[in-house]
Amino acid sequence: MSDRGDHQVSEQIAAVKLTAITKRFGSVVAVDNVDLEIADGEFFALLGPSGCGKTTTLRMVAGLEFPTEGSLKIFGDEAGTLPPNRRPVNTVFQDYALFPHMTVEANVAFGLKMQRVAKHEITGRVQEAISLVRLEGLEQRRSRQLSGGQRQRVALARALVNRPKVLLLDEPLGALDLKLRQEMQGELKALQREVGITFVFVTHDQEEALTMADRIGVMNEGELLQVGTPAEIYEHPVNRFVANFIGQTNLLDASVVSNDTVCLANGVHIPGKSDLPVGTRVAVCLRPERAGMHPPEGVPADQQSVVGRLESVTYLGNALVYTVVLDWVRLEVRRENQPGGYRPHVGEEVAVSWTLDAISVVRA
Amino acid sequence: MSSTVQPRGTTKIALTAHSWLVYLFFFAPIFVLIVFSFSDDNNVGRWGGFTLEWYQDFVEHNQLQNAVWVSVRVALLSTVISVVLGTLAALALERFKFRGRKVFDALLYLPIIIPDVTMAVMMLLFFSEFFDLLDAWFGLDLQKGLGSITISHIAFNISFVSVVVRARLAGMSEVLEEAALDLYATRWKTFRYVTFPQIVPGVAGGALLALTLSLDDVVITQFAAGPGATTLPVFVFGLIRRGVTPLINATSVLMLAASVILVALSLAFQQFSGRGGRPSLRAAREAVSAPPKTNTQIKEGINQ
Repeated sequence: MSDRGDHQVSEQIAAVKLTAITKRFGSVVAVDNVDLEIADGEFFALLGPSGCGKTTTLRMVAGLEFPTEGSLKIFGDEAGTLPPNRRPVNTVFQDYALFPHMTVEANVAFGLKMQRVAKHEITGRVQEAISLVRLEGLEQRRSRQLSGGQRQRVALARALVNRPKVLLLDEPLGALDLKLRQEMQGELKALQREVGITFVFVTHDQEEALTMADRIGVMNEGELLQVGTPAEIYEHPVNRFVANFIGQTNLLDASVVSNDTVCLANGVHIPGKSDLPVGTRVAVCLRPERAGMHPPEGVPADQQSVVGRLESVTYLGNALVYTVVLDWVRLEVRRENQPGGYRPHVGEEVAVSWTLDAISVVRA
Repeated sequence: MSSTVQPRGTTKIALTAHSWLVYLFFFAPIFVLIVFSFSDDNNVGRWGGFTLEWYQDFVEHNQLQNAVWVSVRVALLSTVISVVLGTLAALALERFKFRGRKVFDALLYLPIIIPDVTMAVMMLLFFSEFFDLLDAWFGLDLQKGLGSITISHIAFNISFVSVVVRARLAGMSEVLEEAALDLYATRWKTFRYVTFPQIVPGVAGGALLALTLSLDDVVITQFAAGPGATTLPVFVFGLIRRGVTPLINATSVLMLAASVILVALSLAFQQFSGRGGRPSLRAAREAVSAPPKTNTQIKEGINQ
């Protein structure tokens, strides 16, 4: 755990600060009262399903949409209604939006040319940006002569050459195939460390967000539900949606009995910490890899459990996923594929168990 | 080549014959026209030996020459203006959302749909009323002529230009313009460096179409023309009534040639735009067959 989570957001001027930002398109609320601070130098991911408002949020930072309400500051300067050409930010668009009638070199030089940077300086900076993304030798190509990965690099170079204070990336890896995407994840992360610029990227891919981001903001239906490091979000989701959206999870319906006890839907009281009022409907979030599995009579004394029938076993090679059916819930248990150990057969009664620190209680 | 969808036997013969007949029907009149424009006989349809006399007549005929220059001036002026206005209209309809957009959109097609004669009568009425009004207000004595012809040609050309330009704009992603704005371009520079280069084939195609339509128009021009000026097609139309000589043939051949050249240019431009990057594709293939330096090449280099 290197620098994750120790950004002192409030002590320095935030790179991007949204205060009570709302965006409406007619009667549709695309972004609903969002507060967000992104620190200088941070690699921040806006994560959510399509239509959740993450792209609209990004476009408001870029200046391609203006907020209906609220304040948007970029390094302390109010920028809510500035046109995009007057903001110190640049964008890597989803399909890269390279100018098809220009060469790679002209694409990269475009921003500098528009800013009337001196010719000799443009040449140097363009070369620098092109070598930063390792595209030397392709300067005279046009975008249709490039592969998807190369286009992505041109888009990056075209934005970074302007030395923006914030780089915005709209699903930057969405158009690439899986292998290339995984490669580029690492490259983007390394690139961000190298240039030290604040990166804000939008993605619907939770794995991408977990792998790349210093912090993640999870959005749904226009609301920003939770902001935190990947570990915080994965281990302490604030509600059912976040728990479900980030990684695989089992959610057991329950209600709060006291601040350290919840009542599962089957009527059993189990320990579960929460600061929600008594009676609140909640879900106990149990990650498949944190659940244990034992014969019904062999559950260790320090663990809670529920008993169900083993419905199926999915063989993944490095792991096995057991699906256990109860009359009120269906649970998945993931076990590393180790020799020996408990290997129940389909149809047998099994106990799915957990320790207190393996679960989190989230709002339903 | 002998796939099952290819016609065979008698079907094939019949279809081939049919195609040739259609083309014969198209081109026989043109061929006859061209042949008889070289006929040394005052009668339009009688062959009297080869001569270039009618072409000489065309060059020396003062009124004809006047009409040619009116035509050229009207065509150029109306093309330039309608290209600017038509492109602006296309941009507005394709890129902006505004109140009454759909109505404006529908109205823009009107000049394409309504019959020429109707448009011509409209123009006639419009100019007589409008000129009366201006004469009364400003004490002028306006006459129909070059100005009124040009205006009427602009009126129908805008529609054609905007349809052609819109087709091009629709195929161009708006994100490109957003990208330009994001890269510090002003609205004008975005248009100048990104939008315009993308739609230039459409604009050029629209311009050539407008030029052709303006040069060819008879009906509307006839109603909008005055004693002061008349265009070539209208003048030729008048010649017919005064007795026909092969001068008309020669004039028609020249007009035909001009139109064909313009249409060919227009098609060439649209072809160029449609394919987008044939030459570049070739370049890409060449580039792929000779990549900058692959890993294996580098390794071989080390081994040597």
